[in-house]
Amino acid sequence: MTSLLHRRLALASPDVQHEVLGRLPLARDFDEALDRVGQWPLRSEEIKIFQINVGKLCNQTCRHCHVDAGPDRREVMTRETMGWCLEALEKTTIPTVDITGGAPELNPHFRWLVSECRALGRHVIDRCNLTVLELASQRELPAFLADHEVEVVCSLPHYRAPNTDRQRGEGVYEKSIAALRQLNALGYGQGSPSLRLVLVTNPVGAYLPGSQASLEAEWKRELWRIHQIRFDALYCITNMPISRYLEWLIESGNLEGYMERLVTAFNPAAVNGLMCRNTISIGWDGQLYDCDFNQMLDLHVSPGAPAHIRDFQAAALQGRPIIVGRHCFGCTAGAGSSCGGVTSPS
Amino acid sequence: MANHYYSDEDLARFPEIGKNVPDLAAKFFDWYSAVFADGALSAREKSIIALAVAHAVQCPYCIDAYSRDALEKGADLDQMTEAVHVAAAIRGGASLVHGLQMRGHALKLGM
Repeated sequence: MTSLLHRRLALASPDVQHEVLGRLPLARDFDEALDRVGQWPLRSEEIKIFQINVGKLCNQTCRHCHVDAGPDRREVMTRETMGWCLEALEKTTIPTVDITGGAPELNPHFRWLVSECRALGRHVIDRCNLTVLELASQRELPAFLADHEVEVVCSLPHYRAPNTDRQRGEGVYEKSIAALRQLNALGYGQGSPSLRLVLVTNPVGAYLPGSQASLEAEWKRELWRIHQIRFDALYCITNMPISRYLEWLIESGNLEGYMERLVTAFNPAAVNGLMCRNTISIGWDGQLYDCDFNQMLDLHVSPGAPAHIRDFQAAALQGRPIIVGRHCFGCTAGAGSSCGGVTSPS
Repeated sequence: MANHYYSDEDLARFPEIGKNVPDLAAKFFDWYSAVFADGALSAREKSIIALAVAHAVQCPYCIDAYSRDALEKGADLDQMTEAVHVAAAIRGGASLVHGLQMRGHALKLGM
């Protein structure tokens, strides 16, 4: 499999994705759903998470990827843009820098960015696909992450091989387990807040994730039983109807049913914890967005707010109206979903 | 009115069973959701038991509901297929073990 862009498919275009979602006969749009529970317009609050997407280059081509990332993508953040990110960060007290991609570690300036963010005293999260840690070129990466006390949030759709490989590619499970062993050996996943290891599971199909607490207990028991692997927490993230997951929904005939399920499962209690309310998302080219999903759909922050990281002002971004679309139902379905797992109080 | 006995739309309409006798339906649905909460057995284990029972009682609604539910609870297709084999084994074994009754009758009647 290659990216939608590499295959020159119309669906690679955010406009086409909007059109596909827009013509579905849904009971209501997202703004109407918010309005019905008194939450419209949705506004941002104080920024607590500075999420940098350092590029679309990845060593994997997962079937559900909302970024349309892969080895054939060449968009990566330059050191100059990272410098603007650091300048912006320095002007604030935003506590957490969340670095994502693609495989963020494949950006040639990744380690420099991490070091600088840590030097500013910020907590750093690396959204890691695990297999990148097994690449010959990244042999020293696990030790680097541990030395810099980077929280590793990594993808493992299932604690057994079949579902993991079906979503992420043949052989991914085995490499992921090897990478988790490396991280455990460095002290990750043993309960230390400075070496926090979080697993992320996305459903391998057109259904919602189950209870995060229940799955976490199951994942912990089974990964220990099968592989003697430990980790600190499990995040359940709903698949968003964007890019390659959207492609799969269309091809498998699941699109309408999945979207209906997301709309039916709209949970008002999940709205307050939506990540767009306390996150600023920075694209590989420095453009600003409300979240990584909006970034992939080319939905920039509200007009009037600073549009590029060069012009970043935390105060000017606070209270901005969040740009929403039908894809947002993915974050409010069931227990809610965000880069930090469920969003509703259990 | 549908011209067939089973309609997949009826699954989502299950709560309508409470329209005429709401008190009993409420008791059933409360108890039902309590049954499937994490307990000594995990929610996933309970979902897989439900899936196996759904096959044993051959309820298409339950098979539909618990195929999805088991996936959502973190089961994979290997585990779900093994559960169906458990149901099939019990059904098959139940038939076969009655063969001892047959043999008892036959041996008593025979010479």
